[in-house]
Amino acid sequence: MEKCYWMAVAILMGLTVRWTVSLHSYSGAGKPPLFGDYEAQRHWQEVTLNLPVRQWYFNSSDNDLQYWGLDYPPLTAYHSLLCAYVAERIEPAWVALYTSRGHESAAHKLFMRATVFIADLMIYIPAVVLYCCCLKEISTKKKAASALCILLYPGLILIDHGHFQYNCVSLGLALWGVLGVSRDWDLLGSLAFCLALNYKQMELYHSLPFFCFLLGKCFQKGLKGKGLGSLLRLACTVVASCALCWLPFLTEWEQTLQVLRRLFPVDRGLFEDKVANVWCSLSVFVKVKDLLLRDTQILISFLITLLSVLPACVKLTLRPSLRGFRFALVSCALSFFLFSFQVHEKSILLVALPVCLVLHEVPFMSAWFLLVSTFSMLPLLLRDGLLLPSVATTMAFCMACAALLPAWAEASEEALQLGAFLAAVRKHLPYLKPALLPHGIRCLFLASVTTMVLLTLMSVTLEPPRKYPDLFAVLVCFVSCLNFLLFLAYFNIVIMWDSKNGRRKKTN
Amino acid sequence: MWLNWLKTRGGAAMAALGTVKGSGNWFLALALGVTLLKCLLIPTYHSTDFEVHRNWLAITHSLPLSQWYYEATSEWTLDYPPFFAWFEYVLSHVAKYFDQEMLNIHNLNYFNSRTLLFQRFSVIFTDLLFVYAVHECCKCVNGKKASKELTEKPKFILSALLLWNFGLLIVDHIHFQYNGFLSGLMLLSIARLFQKRHMEGAFLFAILLHFKHIYLYVAPAYGIYLLRSYCFTASKPDGSVRWNSFSFTRLISLGLIVFLVSALSLGPFLAMNQLPQVFSRLFPFKRGLCHAYWAPNFWALYNAADKLLCTIGLELKLLDPNKIPKASMTSGLVQQFEHTVLPSVSPVATLICTLIAILPSVCCLWLKPQGPRGFLRCLILCALSSFMFGWHVHEKAILLAILPMSLLSVEKAGDASIFLILTTTGHYSLFPLLFTTPELPIKILLMLLFTIYSISSLMTLFRKEKPLFNWMETVYLLGLAPLEVCCEFVFPFTSWRLKYPFIPLLLTSVYCAVGVTYAWFRLYVSMLTGPPGGKTKKQ
Repeated sequence: MEKCYWMAVAILMGLTVRWTVSLHSYSGAGKPPLFGDYEAQRHWQEVTLNLPVRQWYFNSSDNDLQYWGLDYPPLTAYHSLLCAYVAERIEPAWVALYTSRGHESAAHKLFMRATVFIADLMIYIPAVVLYCCCLKEISTKKKAASALCILLYPGLILIDHGHFQYNCVSLGLALWGVLGVSRDWDLLGSLAFCLALNYKQMELYHSLPFFCFLLGKCFQKGLKGKGLGSLLRLACTVVASCALCWLPFLTEWEQTLQVLRRLFPVDRGLFEDKVANVWCSLSVFVKVKDLLLRDTQILISFLITLLSVLPACVKLTLRPSLRGFRFALVSCALSFFLFSFQVHEKSILLVALPVCLVLHEVPFMSAWFLLVSTFSMLPLLLRDGLLLPSVATTMAFCMACAALLPAWAEASEEALQLGAFLAAVRKHLPYLKPALLPHGIRCLFLASVTTMVLLTLMSVTLEPPRKYPDLFAVLVCFVSCLNFLLFLAYFNIVIMWDSKNGRRKKTN
Repeated sequence: MWLNWLKTRGGAAMAALGTVKGSGNWFLALALGVTLLKCLLIPTYHSTDFEVHRNWLAITHSLPLSQWYYEATSEWTLDYPPFFAWFEYVLSHVAKYFDQEMLNIHNLNYFNSRTLLFQRFSVIFTDLLFVYAVHECCKCVNGKKASKELTEKPKFILSALLLWNFGLLIVDHIHFQYNGFLSGLMLLSIARLFQKRHMEGAFLFAILLHFKHIYLYVAPAYGIYLLRSYCFTASKPDGSVRWNSFSFTRLISLGLIVFLVSALSLGPFLAMNQLPQVFSRLFPFKRGLCHAYWAPNFWALYNAADKLLCTIGLELKLLDPNKIPKASMTSGLVQQFEHTVLPSVSPVATLICTLIAILPSVCCLWLKPQGPRGFLRCLILCALSSFMFGWHVHEKAILLAILPMSLLSVEKAGDASIFLILTTTGHYSLFPLLFTTPELPIKILLMLLFTIYSISSLMTLFRKEKPLFNWMETVYLLGLAPLEVCCEFVFPFTSWRLKYPFIPLLLTSVYCAVGVTYAWFRLYVSMLTGPPGGKTKKQ
């Protein structure tokens, strides 16, 4: 009792903030004819309930794919169907075919919010709590503290409970995957991750580290003996679980192909809207989108992404460790976000999740990253009328990190996990002062926070010049992108110079 | 230059960030945290009190002083004392920069997002006084049990209990009222008495009385305490009063303070010959014994007993069904409640009951002065007794007892146990205030948050002493959970919903009344059986 209550307090705080945010506006509220993601989710309920499975992903007179057509994998569709059943029992008008388009009412908002809340409560939050309970070498109170920090991460709360999406489901499943893999229940872990992947195709950002980590583990056991067996078992689990999810769409080749086409809409371009990734930031100077053919764009983005994830993946395969796995998740997801084709601004959440997992190891850099990631979605949040909850939750998150995390604001070499790297650098540059790096990082942090605050103030108060209506949005993306590049470099350095821990793991 | 500036400022800012978990800054974190939560609560449901306060803004802004207490365009006439009216007047001068239209008396039920923001932020902003008062109160608690762990220090627990108080959060920031800064004034005045700054304490309380006259209920405690322990400067060794130590200068200066504050508040109305009108607005006795929803007090038990006897009487054919007034059986929502079996209660009767209930505690304060702690106990008893027996008591008035009780709870295990029973039942009895579905999760989550925290932290604080609850109390408190499930999750789906819509309210009120009565009784016992005055005085 005495020990659990801090965790209970942390969970209740997380839940309270989630529900209070959900009372605010959602994307596309009162904005016909297209509305926003809220209407998209409602429309999917309408489609999945009223149409046979075979028509879900096909354009037809009953299913206008131009109007929020289903473009997520089958598990999302099943989830929509489940919600639709409940909705139909409460009020059939909410999910009636055709007539329910653009339906908005207080009761319906309550229902939709409740579905996200319940999904969050059942999938994401238990995973976070369990993850924090499994952390080693810290007291129960500290475990609760890190759980609170993770649960208060504003980006996920604002997108799921404010803007309206079900990221908590896919991220929660991925987290269950991480949990399973790190507790050596590899089969369960890979099953959970497959479910995540079949809920949202963007989970592919996390797939490489999972693959490399499991492969590395099998290599360690010896590919000729035990390792081969476990590899085969893993492969079977993955194939079977995916097949199960896709069962209704595997009957015909055309069905499968159509779903895949919907999932990876290459014709939608290099990036959408204003994203804080390299391609969007580059377009300020060079219009890559118009200069190159689409196939060339795909090829280039693919190659650069591959190049960027390669070091972390190779290292993880050769020397699999839990710590390395977590950092590889961060670096791979970030590389995908920065360089890959067709990225949404909300995809930053996929990077934020693994960063939350290393929050207790590198508190300073992680908290900083999480702040930047929330900031990078500012244009979207402002469009949804979520300024007040954004500011409030961000401040609450900052405060929680500052008050609860050990060694927050400690930017020493040790705290940043850069000791080994700097030792290596010093061999070549002996005149480098030891205090220079922590100092430099602090300055960068302050500069970054100041620009974020200033840009937020500017986008809220100032009218953009008529010539550049997107001026502030582009600036936000550009600044965030610069920050993200810095983080990419940092996390890669941490991964590559992680020899010390890897060796210790082995001797254990 | 930019970089240089960053370097110098950077060090300072990082140091500031780093010290948040250092010594005094946990308080700031608690206060800021709850403020952010209040900001998130802005779009929640608000009651008619929102319109009441908007109307008062309009009245004070657009009418001369002479018409404030006569204006009756809206049904929500000004019925708070003059200082509160002046407070609204000051607010209205900020409000005009938000939206001029909300200050028009004829715009009844005027509402838009700017009005909402202004009104909500005015509550959040004035709560700063409450935060300051809590800070001062923390200095008054005994730190002798100081543990190394920050979270197990009485100061930390007390500030969390006060700042994150569930009742204040939902009454002020969802339901909409200004109890935060009023309670702040009261706590501040209590803290001043603890710090032996009696004149300041009396001054603050006099001001508070002219903000909201409900605080008259605790005035006896103030009066007797100041007279006994301030005007009489010494006691005999056995604790009884030493009559020759009376200080006339102290009495006169106290009287002067109270007189000056009252003159400032009521003087203008006296000059305009409007005092009777002001008082008729302040003390409307035309309302019923109980509010539409019975506050969990003695009268709730009384009404319930009446209904029970009536039903039994009907079953046993002892009563004639034709003679029973219809209203009493069909719903609990009628303002004028007529008793069928038990004698009906008049306002004077409740007044006498209240006075009788208050009397022992006040006598005890006079005969066995135990310093400021005894005063605080007496103040809580006054508040609770008037809550128990008062005329037309609102369920919100329980906060008047809960907030000062927090101060006692972190010092003694016995008080902690009473406090937990009182707060848990008292807070639960506030649930019917928020009856809209979107607020249902909020109230449950916040209630759980506060209850789990308060129970666990106080248990940790007093873990070396005997358990805080016996089995009966535990069962009673746990019973609140099934009660909530029945009232809000099961009952709406049963067929009784239409026939007996008042049952959930009745159940809640009666169940909570048991707990509040029990807490009141135990607190009384602790006051009467407390150690004799002489010894504690020397501490």
